[in-house]
Amino acid sequence: MSLVARHLEAAGIPTVIVGSARDIVEECGVPRFLFVDFPLGNPCGKPWDVEMQGRITGGALDLLERAWLPRTTVQRPETWAEGEADERWRKRFMWVGDDNREALARAGEARRRAQTGRRQGNEAAE
Amino acid sequence: MSQGISHRSYVSYIDKSREYYQAQGYERPYRWAHYEDVPFARLAKALSQCRLGVVTTADLGPSTAPRATKLYTAPNADGGHLFTEKSWDREATHTNDPETYLPLARLGEHAAAGHIGSLNPRFYGVPTDYSQRLTLEHDAPQVEAWMREDNIDAALLVPL
Repeated sequence: MSLVARHLEAAGIPTVIVGSARDIVEECGVPRFLFVDFPLGNPCGKPWDVEMQGRITGGALDLLERAWLPRTTVQRPETWAEGEADERWRKRFMWVGDDNREALARAGEARRRAQTGRRQGNEAAE
Repeated sequence: MSQGISHRSYVSYIDKSREYYQAQGYERPYRWAHYEDVPFARLAKALSQCRLGVVTTADLGPSTAPRATKLYTAPNADGGHLFTEKSWDREATHTNDPETYLPLARLGEHAAAGHIGSLNPRFYGVPTDYSQRLTLEHDAPQVEAWMREDNIDAALLVPL
């Protein structure tokens, strides 16, 4: 999505990205980025919280209008949860630890076997 | 008063995904896009007179179609029935409220309040894909062409 924003901007169409994967967007480099520090999936506000969604989309519009140079990141003040609960989702997402390392290795092997099988199936069909 | 921290507070998805796929036996990490230069365009008129276009990474449905046909544009009324299979945090949240990732109703309210001139009646879909070459050579120019047809003045993009 960052690549699309860069293309549009270079073509003269101003853009703003609203997102939660700060490192991915900033490493790519975009003109305007509204960072919402939530779990991936709800960058425009919490589910069913109409008022928060209105504030965040309004913040994106402000950024569109008021940024004056590229790589402008604005972080929204909203938080997903408080204290320990706000740490938990950060830790759990794509978790790798002693409790799942073997299962992940097995899942990876199974996935590669399935992909090889599909490739061979496609070649046979051709 | 600040408590102080010993690590950055926000998640590094680049680090997390590399470690996760490494644990699955994928030794060659994905190369994320990285640029030094960043383009910048100014609004040609006041935002209150601009037509806004919206781009989402959500898909119209589970698709097995060839990669090049995955882009789409759809009327805003279809924005409530999208398919969100990829890349979000299933343990922490859900995507049952489309306004959390494609805020067409909220933007409609901002248009009604005069904050933007108008919300384009259709939006644009660029489903998540890992080919930067295809995104640059195919997807981005197509989205630009659709926006030109629709006289879009500014764009809001929301990766899921």
